[in-house]
Amino acid sequence: MNLSTISKSLLIALPMLALGACSSNSDSDADSTETSKKAATEEVAEAGADNTVETDVIEAVELTEEEQLVQEYTWAILETTINFEFDKSTIAPRFAKILDAHAKFLTDNPEKSLTIEGHADEKGTPEYNIALGERRGNSVSTYLENMGVAASQLSVVSYGEEKPVNLGHDAAAHAENRRAELTY
Amino acid sequence: MLLRLFLSISILIISTQAHARLEILITEGVNSARPIAVIPFKWLGDGKKPKNFAEIIANDLRSSGQFSPISLDKMPKTPSNSQNIDYALWHKIGVEAIVMGEVKPSPKAGKYTITYELLDVVTGNMGMPEYSPIMEKRRSTVKSKQLRQFSHRISDVVYEKLTGDRGAFLTRLAYVAVDRKSSHPYQLRISDYDGYGEKLVLRSKQPIMSPSWSPDGRKLAYVSFEKKRSQIYIQDLYTQKRELMTSFPKINGAPNWSPDGKQLALVLSKDGQPEIYVLNTTTKALKRITRNRVIDTEPSWSPDGKSLIFSSERGGRPQIYQVELTSGKTKRLTWEGEMNLGGTITPDGDSLVLVSRHNGNYKISVQDLDSGELRTLTKTQLDESPSIAPNGSMIIYSTVYQGNKGLALVSMDGRFKANIPAKNGDVKSPAWSPFLN
Repeated sequence: MNLSTISKSLLIALPMLALGACSSNSDSDADSTETSKKAATEEVAEAGADNTVETDVIEAVELTEEEQLVQEYTWAILETTINFEFDKSTIAPRFAKILDAHAKFLTDNPEKSLTIEGHADEKGTPEYNIALGERRGNSVSTYLENMGVAASQLSVVSYGEEKPVNLGHDAAAHAENRRAELTY
Repeated sequence: MLLRLFLSISILIISTQAHARLEILITEGVNSARPIAVIPFKWLGDGKKPKNFAEIIANDLRSSGQFSPISLDKMPKTPSNSQNIDYALWHKIGVEAIVMGEVKPSPKAGKYTITYELLDVVTGNMGMPEYSPIMEKRRSTVKSKQLRQFSHRISDVVYEKLTGDRGAFLTRLAYVAVDRKSSHPYQLRISDYDGYGEKLVLRSKQPIMSPSWSPDGRKLAYVSFEKKRSQIYIQDLYTQKRELMTSFPKINGAPNWSPDGKQLALVLSKDGQPEIYVLNTTTKALKRITRNRVIDTEPSWSPDGKSLIFSSERGGRPQIYQVELTSGKTKRLTWEGEMNLGGTITPDGDSLVLVSRHNGNYKISVQDLDSGELRTLTKTQLDESPSIAPNGSMIIYSTVYQGNKGLALVSMDGRFKANIPAKNGDVKSPAWSPFLN
C-alpha cells in the first residue's frame, strides 16, 4: 500500500520536475524579478542622500514551478497517468480534465513535445499487449490532437506488459498497470 | 552504423559464464512412465570421476515425462558392461531397459573415452540367442568440456531407440530475465534446455522482447527498446555481432525466423494498425502480408514455410488465422474460447499450440488441426509465450505461480508438468532452440 502511494507520488512529481525545468516561462519570470530588484536598490541609494526617509526591499511571493503550472492549467496538469479498462483503449470521462490541461499546456507551448507511453497488464501474450499498449497511446494522442495539439508535438511508444508499475499479479495490480503515461 | 551500435552505452554484451539459475522441478508425473535403470558409469582412471553421466542421463529421461529412472538403492547390481548380465534380476523389478557405461582417460590430454550400452531387459530375459538384447553400443572420445553435452547426446540416443522419436536433450533455451535490482534489469539469456550453462547474451536498461532462434541455432532475433522505442535486431551468438533489422516509427515487433533462415516474419505499425510483414534479412526487402483496420500480430511460420499463423482481431476478439504466402488466402483456425493468442504449429504439422482464454484465464492449449478439437494442458491462469521443443514432445511457456513469473514445461499430452522457477526476478518469453546437432 505504502509503496504504491510512494510510487504514485513519484510518478507525478518526477515528470513535473522535468516539465518545470524545461519551461522557459519560469526563466523569463525570474529575469524580470531580478530587474525590478535592481531598480528598487537604486531608489534606496538615491533616497539615502537625503536621510529623511528610508525604504527596504520586499521580496515578491514566489510560487513553485508546480504551483505556477497549477495556477495556469489547474491541478490536472500534475497528473500524468491515464488508466484503462481491461482490453479497452477508450478514455474514461474522469480523465478528460487531465488531458484537457495537458492539451492547453501543449497548445500554449508549441515548442514542447510529449511522449505517450502505452502500457498493458500481463494478461494475454506480450506481443498482443504491445499492440494494445499502442492502441491506448494512440487513443490519448488522438484526444490531444482533437483538442488542438499539433501531431508533431506528440509521439507514442508502447511498452506492452514489459514495464508494470505494480509488480503484483492480482486484479488491483492489473488495473494499475493498464495505463498511458505522459512524459515531457 | 554498426560501429554506433557497438558504442551504445546502455548495452553491454557479455559472454562470461554464469552459474545455472534455472532448474527443472517436476510437479506432475506420468503413471505410465517406463521404468529404466541408468547405472552410474564406471570410472577406469585414477582420482575423481570427471562427470556424473548417469545422473545427467537419468534427469534427461525423467524430464521427458516418458521414463521413470529407478534410484541407485533399488538396483540389484551395478554392472558397467553387458557381459554376464543377469537379466532376470532386472526383469523382476520391472525395469524395461538398462543404460550403462565406462569412462577412462584418453591417451590424449584433456580427453576421455566413453563406452556406453543400451540393453533391452525383456529380450535379454527371454534368452533367445537369435535376438540380441544390446540395442546400442557406442564408443567416443570426448573433450573434458564436452562431457555434459555428450551425456545429453547419450540421452538422445536412448530416447530415440526406446520411443522412435528424436530426442531434444541437446537443445537450448533463450529467455528474458528481469532483475529489477540490476543496473541493466532486462537480460536476454540462453541456457541448455535443462537450465545449465546459463549465459548472458545481452543486457539493457530498457525492455528486451520476443527472442526467436535462427533455424541453424546460431543467431537470435529479438526486439530491443534500448533507444526508448522498439527495434528489431539479429545477434550472432558466437561472434556477438549485432545487426539492426528494422527501426520504423511505432511498433517493430514479434520477429519470427522462417524455416529456410532467410526471412523474418514481423509486425510493424508504421502504416497505422499493427500488420504482418516478411523481411528478407539480407536484402532487407519488405513485403506486407496483412491489410486490415484491426490488430494483426504474433506471426509464426508453418513448418513447410508456405504459410504464416497469426493472431487477429478481424473477427472481434483475437483469434488465430493462417495466411498462405503465395495466394494471400486467409482462413480462421480457432473458434472455441473467449480469445486465442500466440499460435504455433507443431513440427509434425498436425496441431496448433496456443494460449486460450476461458473464464478469464489464459491457459496453454493444443488444437488438433484436422478435427478442430481444443484441449487445455495447464492449470495456471496467466500462461503466455508457448514455445515447442524441436521434436514436438514438450512445450515451454511463461506463467505466474506462487506470485512469481517463471518458466514451466508441459508435455504435448498435458500429463507431465514441471516448473523452472527463477532464483531471482522474473523470467519470461522462452524460446526453445532448434536441434543443435
